Amino acid sequence: MKKPKIAFFDFACCEGCQLQVANMGEGVLDVLAAFDVVEWREVMSEKWDKKYDVAIIEGSITDNHAVERITKIRKKANILIAYGSCATIGGVNGMKNNFELDDIRKYVYGESYKFFPTELTKAVHQVVKVDYFVNGCPVYIPEFVAILKAVLQGIPYYVPDYAVCVECKLNENICMYDKGVTCLGPVTRAGCNSWCINNGNICYGCRGMLSNPNEKSARDVLAKYNIPIELIINKMNMYNKCREII
Amino acid sequence: MAIQNLNINVEYLTRVEGHGNIVINVKEGKIETCKLEIVEAPRFFEGMLRGRSIFEAQHITSRICGICACGHTLASIQAAEDALGIIPTSQTIKLRKLLLDLEMLDSHLLHIYLLVAPDLLGVKSFVPLINSHNEVVRRALRMKKKCNDVCDILVGRHVHPISAIVGGFTKLPEEKDIENMLGLLQGMRPDMEATVELFSKLKFPDFERDTEYVGLVSDDDEYPLLSGDIGSTDNIRLSKHDYRKITNEFIVPHSTAKRTKLSRESYAVGALARFNLNYDKLLSEARRVAEMIGLKPKCINPFLNTAAQLVECVHCLEHAIGILEEFKKSKINYDEEIVVGLNENRKIPVIEGNGVGAVEVPRGILFHNYQTDEKGCISYANCVIPTNQNTGNIEYDLKKLIPEILDRNEEEITLLSEMLVRAYDPCISCSTHLLNIKFM
Repeated sequence: MKKPKIAFFDFACCEGCQLQVANMGEGVLDVLAAFDVVEWREVMSEKWDKKYDVAIIEGSITDNHAVERITKIRKKANILIAYGSCATIGGVNGMKNNFELDDIRKYVYGESYKFFPTELTKAVHQVVKVDYFVNGCPVYIPEFVAILKAVLQGIPYYVPDYAVCVECKLNENICMYDKGVTCLGPVTRAGCNSWCINNGNICYGCRGMLSNPNEKSARDVLAKYNIPIELIINKMNMYNKCREII
Repeated sequence: MAIQNLNINVEYLTRVEGHGNIVINVKEGKIETCKLEIVEAPRFFEGMLRGRSIFEAQHITSRICGICACGHTLASIQAAEDALGIIPTSQTIKLRKLLLDLEMLDSHLLHIYLLVAPDLLGVKSFVPLINSHNEVVRRALRMKKKCNDVCDILVGRHVHPISAIVGGFTKLPEEKDIENMLGLLQGMRPDMEATVELFSKLKFPDFERDTEYVGLVSDDDEYPLLSGDIGSTDNIRLSKHDYRKITNEFIVPHSTAKRTKLSRESYAVGALARFNLNYDKLLSEARRVAEMIGLKPKCINPFLNTAAQLVECVHCLEHAIGILEEFKKSKINYDEEIVVGLNENRKIPVIEGNGVGAVEVPRGILFHNYQTDEKGCISYANCVIPTNQNTGNIEYDLKKLIPEILDRNEEEITLLSEMLVRAYDPCISCSTHLLNIKFM
């Protein structure tokens, strides 16, 4: 079998998810050996102008230039993977949508703000069709490897649609609510093995919201611990502001 | 015969973090244009932070850059603690120094091996090296993995650390974790020797341009990375709270990254700046490597920033091992473990404040500055990124370099220009994102 031609592209993001690949150590060589890497600007000078079997997209779509670029890539790509929170849900770039765009441009660049055009932040699937979603800020490598295997076999990958709490309980963590702290675990998609809570932090919702969260139960939890709903909404808007774009 | 007319236009410079272009235009032997364009899509972090809790600043600003997320984390925490009047414990400071050592080591290794080595070995990227220099690639990935594994133990992960927050750590390493980290780092020593051996044989381009070097300075004996005053090789020394007098930020239209200048038209930050300012404070193992490769302060060849990174790798590895050996003897105090979001219970009093963090991160000195209102919400935020401080200096380097190499062919000129920019290890994600060369 011919190895699939794979290419990495980065849009507005921190490029940390690409780095997660390098952090696999020598294991990355086994992964790369299953593909023919034809373009990857951060680590390669080589470029490719033909079709890709697989295009991996990191970052959010934040201006018209990016819309044109992603549209071109989509046309050339057989399979397109949204890679990391910025690509799958807009991620932290979405916080920009909390402000008037001209206002935030002026705040950062002052009088020269007109040199720096920007549009509402969007996740990749809000602009072009996406075939696979690799969630997380950063991506969780065991899940990414599972998805690459699915891609190679030509089968779909289903992102877990149950709460982070499920994995968190299995890891026997003390519930953050019992420590007196709000956590987005109850409304966030699992698949990260409750990475942050295992390390003493809370869930910030970087993997996106559940498609059908148990809203009533979540409200009960908030009432029990006397937490205002605004606090939770504000926390959700750190990663999930783009959910408001239809 | 020297080239009279030249148009170089490197769009989306590769093997750097982020998006940038190099544009060079020579007419009748004279440079008409010589620009480093930063074309990364702006992300407006400083704007987005407004209204968020000061306790969220670390989590958000870590996402400015995946490569130096730990560096942003440490600068952010320092600024927030400065604004709130929190003084970290000596244990916390030691663990943060360990984290910073790992950050330097990890980032420098990535740059030296995966981004710079292909140029010195005459290939386009590390991919062909997998076949031609398999052992070198494997060593690079092995060392990087070890840094990463130590970070996993210390803060949950290297890209966007989890447990390092305002006030301390949400999870402290257990005794066996200290042993594991120590074992991993000690086990890296043979690979580090091989790294020094490899790079001491590679030849860096000859080029010199005197400039001002800026970085942290201090009065104690430790190579200053986490804290200190801001100093320059032009004899300036100021408190971190006066960082604006150092950076003097300004905007140029061809770049989404702001620029800086101090005593001259531009200044440089990064490994070479730190080496030039604080050579005497490097650990003896690192100074020995510097001597071996012939690197002496004040070195004014920007290509040798990579060599200074190599020296720092040795320093940071040994420094990190030293910290862990101390913890092995003195033990961790677990009473210092803190709960994140403590402030929802108002356990940390918030005040109206103004704080600055000044931390040496792999690419140079990084500033975070926040103002908080009486509720602990951020009312103002400013981040000055190392790459922004370097872009002006890179352009002046290019302007001196190009006339000196016009007797070469266009391909060589382009490659040397790219190598010069790459030597600074620019991080355009940070500065918004960086590089391409256009010779117009």
